[in-house]
Amino acid sequence: MDIPAELETKINEAISHYPVSRRSAVLPVLHLLQHHFGFISEDGVSYTAEKLGLEPINVLEVVTFYPGFRQSAPGKYHIRVCRTLSCAMSGSYELMEKLCSEAGIDRSNTSHHDPIAVSKNGKYSIEFAECLASCGFGPVCLVNDEFHEKVEPGKAKELLDQYS
Amino acid sequence: MSDIKYLKGKEPHAREKRLIFRNIDREGWDTSIDRCLKEGGYEQAKKALKMEPKAVTDEVKASGLRGRGGAGFPTGVKWGFIPPNNTKPVYLICNADESEPGTFKDRYILHQDPHQLIEGMIISCFAVGAHLAYIYVREEFPEAAQILEKAIGEAHEEGFLGKDIQGSGFDLEIYVHRGAGAYICGEETGLIESLEGKRPYPRIKPPYFPAALGLYMSPTIVNNVETLCHVKHILEMGGEEYAKLGTPRNTGTRILCVSGDVQKPGYYEVEVGKLTFGELLNDVCGGLLPGRKLKAVIPGGSSAKVLRADERFKIKKGDDEVEIGVEDIPMDFDTLMACGSMAGSGGVIIMDDSRSMSWVLNNINNFYAHESCGQCTPCREGSLWMKKITDRIEAGGGMPSDVDTLASVAKNIDGRTICAFGEASSWPTSSFVAKFRDELVAATDESNASKPTNKEQAAQQRYLAEEPVA
Repeated sequence: MDIPAELETKINEAISHYPVSRRSAVLPVLHLLQHHFGFISEDGVSYTAEKLGLEPINVLEVVTFYPGFRQSAPGKYHIRVCRTLSCAMSGSYELMEKLCSEAGIDRSNTSHHDPIAVSKNGKYSIEFAECLASCGFGPVCLVNDEFHEKVEPGKAKELLDQYS
Repeated sequence: MSDIKYLKGKEPHAREKRLIFRNIDREGWDTSIDRCLKEGGYEQAKKALKMEPKAVTDEVKASGLRGRGGAGFPTGVKWGFIPPNNTKPVYLICNADESEPGTFKDRYILHQDPHQLIEGMIISCFAVGAHLAYIYVREEFPEAAQILEKAIGEAHEEGFLGKDIQGSGFDLEIYVHRGAGAYICGEETGLIESLEGKRPYPRIKPPYFPAALGLYMSPTIVNNVETLCHVKHILEMGGEEYAKLGTPRNTGTRILCVSGDVQKPGYYEVEVGKLTFGELLNDVCGGLLPGRKLKAVIPGGSSAKVLRADERFKIKKGDDEVEIGVEDIPMDFDTLMACGSMAGSGGVIIMDDSRSMSWVLNNINNFYAHESCGQCTPCREGSLWMKKITDRIEAGGGMPSDVDTLASVAKNIDGRTICAFGEASSWPTSSFVAKFRDELVAATDESNASKPTNKEQAAQQRYLAEEPVA
């Protein structure tokens, strides 16, 4: 696995935040890898294990547990639409449908274990997320690291146009 | 302070009392330490560092502050659980994993006033003797993590973190630790497991009370973001003075987050118990949408039991027992508990008569089925069963007996799990069934009882019914 020097520096810095146990750095290291590579590959698991002196299974069990870690490549712009009650009451399911039809994404093959659907051109990917904690201003979604409130279903295209 | 101006359209309501949210949506405010220092930032930390740690804890105990994360446990008492003969290092963790559906308060503190939190943490760490602290911030707040890291850097430069803070001899490092999208990490022992780099399976209490056996099996205090911010104000006002805010046993202010079917959803910081639900709904939030009637309210995040609009409750008022309706309930810890629900994390979700209760319950059940960590069988299986049953009812395939099955599954989770997630996942179902039974039954159909519920059953029925082909 080719880790650029800049990323390696960030990883070492993250590990230094846990003077008592290197194992505590599993999540931060995985975040840095996912941020750079888009998802956590098998090589990413092995690298993390070796770096922290763990068995690969100690890392893989973390990757497979947390919804925030992906094991396949998302689109260039990854959209997370809040599915939970207050957002659903303000139209997040309709928003999801609109975003999928505008972006050309087919969600019919997604499941609990494989929740992400990618558009054919690889530009967008989408998944439902549980409560994003802005319940008064739904529907809300995250696009990569950017947060959007009050994205009414009619604004789906407008949102996608910001990321093209 | 009357000279504070807020952004247009985001001014606090007249019934609000802003301590924690003083600088939220404020005109000309930013997250820099310079801005914060101009208004007395870190003065309380300086003051605390000159006190005896025990004196700081005593102020917090005197304030009556109760945790704002959900359980409402007295903060000073929690701090006091660190064993007196302890020789291990003590850690403090700020729980910024805000994920309870309906709750959106910590988000604004993290994004707009990070130094308030850091100051609260410095004071709290000093009180409990922690020299290493983490802010466990949920992964879905990437911007908040960056803001906090910048703020921590600034606090270092100004000598409020690191070695020998302000010449007091007290050392403290704070680091930001990002979660990865799991609700269970808001449970303090699950959070600790996660911070140790593992799956966040909660630990059983006893023996794993964090104050005795927490992070790395050392005494650990886990407090919510809002709770830690209150500590700063308790120092500023003095514990006894702070306790005059709110109502007895329910002191201080708290941020109520209102969402759902109201004119003005949003966040409102009020004195605890000084406002009834009716005042919150009709006065502060501008009432329901035109032509709508109140149907139900979830008063403390989705785990809290639902209240039906026409319910009556008997509560103690002084020595008398009085009967009150939903709109008369003061939004405090004790009254909501007496009414069979809880103040929880302050997330108030309001539903009007346009809402189908089976749809609402199904949405909630989907959440808990997704978020169960899977460690305890009743919760792992039960949350999924409840989701499947309400999925089926929503799809038009439910039968009347499903409603009893739901109640039975919920009853068998409650009290049979390692952590409180079991209760959190079962209370919505048990309360919706208890209070909206007729509506749920009406969403089902007796004729579905004889219909197959999956493809395999359908094939079986066809096989058994058909005459063998000659």
